[in-house]
Amino acid sequence: MSLNMDRRDLLKLAGIGSVVLASGLWKNTAVAEADDFVFLQISDTHWGFNNPKINPDFAGTLKQEVASINGLKTPPDFIMFTGDLTHVTDDDQARRKRLTEFRGIVSELKVKNVRFMPGEHDASLDEGEAFKEIIGKEMHYTFDHKGVHFIVLDNVSDPRTILGNDQLEWLAADLKKLDKTAPIVVFTHRPLFDLAPEWEWYTRDGAEAVKLLMPHNHVTVFYGHIHQENHHMTEHIAHHACKGSMFPLPAPGSAPTNAPIPWDAVAPYRGLGFRTVDGRVKPVKYDLTEYSINGEVLK
Amino acid sequence: MRQRKRALFVIRLAVIALAAVFICSFSMAQEAKQVIKVSAKKFEFSPSQITVKKGVPVVLELTSLDRLHGFACPELGIRSDINPGKTTTIEFTPQKVGTFPFHCDNFCGTGHAGMKGTIVVTE
Repeated sequence: MSLNMDRRDLLKLAGIGSVVLASGLWKNTAVAEADDFVFLQISDTHWGFNNPKINPDFAGTLKQEVASINGLKTPPDFIMFTGDLTHVTDDDQARRKRLTEFRGIVSELKVKNVRFMPGEHDASLDEGEAFKEIIGKEMHYTFDHKGVHFIVLDNVSDPRTILGNDQLEWLAADLKKLDKTAPIVVFTHRPLFDLAPEWEWYTRDGAEAVKLLMPHNHVTVFYGHIHQENHHMTEHIAHHACKGSMFPLPAPGSAPTNAPIPWDAVAPYRGLGFRTVDGRVKPVKYDLTEYSINGEVLK
Repeated sequence: MRQRKRALFVIRLAVIALAAVFICSFSMAQEAKQVIKVSAKKFEFSPSQITVKKGVPVVLELTSLDRLHGFACPELGIRSDINPGKTTTIEFTPQKVGTFPFHCDNFCGTGHAGMKGTIVVTE
């Protein structure tokens, strides 16, 4: 089953007022010791974008967002940037400059456990060379936090919009080590399912990754790329897209092209923001809270 | 004996005739193919409008002048990577008249979103 739904539908389905990944007990000892935690997802900051018709505050939006995150009453355990940290440039040196400036701005975040992954704007033109040089050497990696296994997948540094066989083999080997009941969170930039292939809102071999994840009972995917909230189910696997932080894009199939939505002076920053994910255990569930750039909770 | 020779002659004649028909139709089909060369470079296809006839096989010979590009025409169900340094061919036979957009679907830079064209299929 593959199903598109809005957040309200998903909440209704969950029936308990939150986005529920799954519930139940698991056997993994490490997981049994798991505790509540909060992480923050921020995506598509596109540092270097400079079209004032789309966002006249292109130089200030990311800085405002950093300030808003620093002002949260409950700081997250960690922050995950899900790609397109910078806006594309054909100039290798300009790309390095943008990545360096980005790194400087986000170094102001009070939370120091900050993780990154590339988007196609950061890494497709040089296969991630500048990203690895300035942001971090690992393009795909795993980490564990409070009993949850986090997997970061790279579906951008190969410009063919693929994960590739090597990464799929790496993923299979990593999953093999886990109990089928272990909670797993996957971060990607592009969606792993075919949301809108004509807009390149897909991963060509994403179905292979989903097939590997499918035997695991508690899997949730958080991704970026589409600059808007979107919620989708592939059988028991939930996929949640995050808002962008520089410009919004139209809903899938709602416009002839996926060109950015122009700035609305009546509602500045509309469609932009970040989210926190409140992870809980016993039973396992994840509450998503969406925030505006200014740090206001969105209903 | 005479009847046997005649039968053999008829069989030979039939085989030759069939071969001739096969060769003739094969070469006609070859001639009928529409071979179109398309080059890709940041951030354009040349030509950007490809006109072909419905029901006549098409061979697109794709080359890239700079980096990896893609050629995707979802409505006609065709796509391929275009690697620099080699010719990539896509063969298809258009079955419907109309104008069908195609685009580069391998992220190639600042102008990637505008790297587009159309395939026009006429009667």
